[in-house]
Amino acid sequence: MSQIELVGISKSYDKQQDVLDEINLTIEEGEFFVLVGPSGSGKSTLLRMIAGLEEISGGILKINGKSMNHIPPKDRNLSMVFQNYALYPHLSVKENILFGLKAKKVDKQERQRRLLEAAEMMGLTELLERKPRELSGGQRQRVALARTIVSQAPLCLMDEPLSNLDAKLRANMRIQIRRLQKKIGMTLIYVTHDQVEAMTMGDRIMVLNDGKIQQVGKPITLYNEPTNLFVASFIGSPKMNIGLAKFSKENKEIIVENQLHIPVDSAFVKDIHVHKQLTIGIRAEHLKPGTNENKDHFLEVVNVEQLGNETSIAFDVGSELWTAKWPGQWSIHVGQKVPVQILPENLLFFNSETGELIQSALKDKEQEVFAT
Amino acid sequence: MSMTNAAQINETTVFDMEPVKKKQRIKSFMKGMAFLLPSIILFSVFLFYPMFRTIYLSFFLTKANGDPTVFVGLENYINMFSSPIFLKSMKSTFLFVLYTVPASVIISLFLSIIANEKLKGIGFFRTMYSSTMGVSVAAASVFWLYLFNPSMGLLNQVLGSFGIEAIGWLTDPKWALLSVSITTIWMNIGFTFLILLGGLQSIDSSLYESADIEGAGYLYKLRRVTIPMLSPTMFFVITVTIINAFQSFGQIDILTQGGPINETNLIVYSIYREAFVNYKFGSASAQAIVLFILILLMTALQFKLGERKVHYQ
Amino acid sequence: MAIVMSFMTNKDILTGSMPSTFTLDNYVRAFERFPLFQYLFNSLVVSIVIMIGQLVLSSLAAYAFVFLEFKGRDLLFYLFIATMMVPFEASIIPNFQIIRDLGWIDTYSGLAVPFFATAFGTFLLRQNFKQIPKELREASQIAGMGDFKYYLTVVLPVSRASLVTLGIYGFLSSWNMYLWPLLSTTNDKVRTVQIGLKQLQTQEQLNEWGVIMAGAVIVIIPTLILLFFGQKKLQKGLTEGALK
Repeated sequence: MSQIELVGISKSYDKQQDVLDEINLTIEEGEFFVLVGPSGSGKSTLLRMIAGLEEISGGILKINGKSMNHIPPKDRNLSMVFQNYALYPHLSVKENILFGLKAKKVDKQERQRRLLEAAEMMGLTELLERKPRELSGGQRQRVALARTIVSQAPLCLMDEPLSNLDAKLRANMRIQIRRLQKKIGMTLIYVTHDQVEAMTMGDRIMVLNDGKIQQVGKPITLYNEPTNLFVASFIGSPKMNIGLAKFSKENKEIIVENQLHIPVDSAFVKDIHVHKQLTIGIRAEHLKPGTNENKDHFLEVVNVEQLGNETSIAFDVGSELWTAKWPGQWSIHVGQKVPVQILPENLLFFNSETGELIQSALKDKEQEVFAT
Repeated sequence: MSMTNAAQINETTVFDMEPVKKKQRIKSFMKGMAFLLPSIILFSVFLFYPMFRTIYLSFFLTKANGDPTVFVGLENYINMFSSPIFLKSMKSTFLFVLYTVPASVIISLFLSIIANEKLKGIGFFRTMYSSTMGVSVAAASVFWLYLFNPSMGLLNQVLGSFGIEAIGWLTDPKWALLSVSITTIWMNIGFTFLILLGGLQSIDSSLYESADIEGAGYLYKLRRVTIPMLSPTMFFVITVTIINAFQSFGQIDILTQGGPINETNLIVYSIYREAFVNYKFGSASAQAIVLFILILLMTALQFKLGERKVHYQ
Repeated sequence: MAIVMSFMTNKDILTGSMPSTFTLDNYVRAFERFPLFQYLFNSLVVSIVIMIGQLVLSSLAAYAFVFLEFKGRDLLFYLFIATMMVPFEASIIPNFQIIRDLGWIDTYSGLAVPFFATAFGTFLLRQNFKQIPKELREASQIAGMGDFKYYLTVVLPVSRASLVTLGIYGFLSSWNMYLWPLLSTTNDKVRTVQIGLKQLQTQEQLNEWGVIMAGAVIVIIPTLILLFFGQKKLQKGLTEGALK
């Protein structure tokens, strides 16, 4: 099990602008840590720097307390799974799995033992003599994982390992990788651009954008209390509904996109009114269907998606497109005006200029307490 | 850890890292050189050094063993360009290029378009056409030597059967260069055919399919799809054929030895004769420089014009 | 045509008639009067040595250009491009002197070594190596495999196809070489089959065309067989190496 510490890590190419800027981070032993961000955010670069495949321009990388900056990859005691699996096309599955062990001159009997164990675990026992081109995408993925298992490295790095698989297989592999990590207990750093993978797999997540850390935390924390607008709209599907808002003291209400008037009581907005430029956010599941008591807001439907277990409805709100998720099946037509319930305690408030979070939704916190 | 603390550590490590980085750079340089050194040494010994040596020699008179004796400056060049034999050699060389290149390319293009049709047994013709690539200069020349033979060669026998007077294919100054050219064209076809066929086969078939749907005729497709799509390959084939034509030697040596009356004394043969028959290495070197410049121009042209298609990086 | 002639009697050829009898006499005589076996053997040795030399040197150089990063790499790459602009024929005089001074006249080394380094081969293989995903190298780095071992155990086996292509091309062009063997050999012990054919042709006073054709056929058979099997590969390889 490895503990990883990044101190002021940065990366720049040819004196150009920083690809990664002063990354400070500690990853605990046995943790499933996910690096997530849009393409070009620097997440893969960071992973490759930890692996030793990319030179570190500045800062210190420590594994188990020792500086690793100039240690070659092979001496960092780690394994890596690549997006394209990096299987050697001319070698059989067996030889591919054993590739690293042979290079590291592990004893032959030990090699055989680990091979059988890993093949068993990944369900590859029947396929050992095949060549990679005779395997399906999912099988190749499992070979790549088996390679990690036999290495018995305390640290495993994965670079978008599931993005070459189709959606069904991906969901299945998510669970497999997660179970594998818990079973072996290795520290796992997992890079992905897919926030669903990040949310469902990670013990903790780091959101990266433009080479800067946006937020580090547990998945549910990122969902409920995104520190800024970027994390708010990046985490969660569908993305959080966002709108420019003004606080009107006289009428004790919040005006969103010059369209929605949401009444609030004064105690609630004590901290907020100082910020003139506000952006509010609300999750799709909090745009609830209007009830008899609360049907102040009528919104025009611009699109309806029937998913069976729930219905996803899109509205025009000012210049924004908002989405609501209503459980069950609703018979709604495009163009219809439907009542929507918007509770002030579900709103997240951001500073429009900086994008920083001012106040997160109140009600969710309570729910979390109930849930635990 | 506070920010200031981190920044301090950062500075100290940057300080410490420089020698390590330098060591790594040297190491990776050594590794790169280890992989490249065999090629670099051989290029240096058998290509770059000889090139400069050739330039050097071209300013000297030499002994029979090739050692330079007297520095004569540009005299070799001046003599060369005033020598009627050399000027004739240049003229023959250019005529030879003119005779062989367009004919080779056009015939091969024609053959490859035919061979690209999906007909039964076309594989046999493909192999036939490309087979001259496997035929050596010596073998091809010997074969044509027989065909050109004045008394019993097939060509004159055919002419004879039509009652046409025999032609001195290789002995008549009017015909010799043409005969050598015909041999060369025949030899070129294998290579040019193979490359052009490759070019044709790499044209996306959906282009033809969409032309079919739009009702384009065979000739229209040939003119509007095939030829434009083939142009990079054509260009490559043309330059390579030109370069090869400048370098022709074997067929001259076997068929005509440069004769009659120096009609077929192409530049490489001329260099060969000057150096290894007359032992005038200085003036032979001067001629070699001319050849070098000609080919340099051709390759430069190839890189320049083919830039869009030649991605070396 | 030539093949038919090689089986004809001399009389038939001289009179220009259709072949009346099938005979192997010409082959027998060709082998009797000339050390054809020796020529063939020499050509085979020289061609195979050149082929192997080219494969080794080009694959090493291509590996450096694709997988290694070091200062001066681009400069060296342009140097390789530059070699394509120097025709061997233009530098043949000093080359001859070098071989002579090394005492390599009439040796296999003199015939083969100057052709080991090839820019064309390097570019062809480089093109191919570039298609190997760089992750394979990275995975091997994590496993602790050095560059040379990676080159041997992964890069070479993975690019077998293009090595074969280059091999065929190298063999073909070495086998058919003419000017250099003409200059660098003076006796039958090392003379290649191409020069042997020239000897056969110039020394046959009696115009025994059947014998000469038999010689020519022997010369081209190995290359034709090679071409027959490797045509597809060559076509692909040559176009790729040239146009990409």
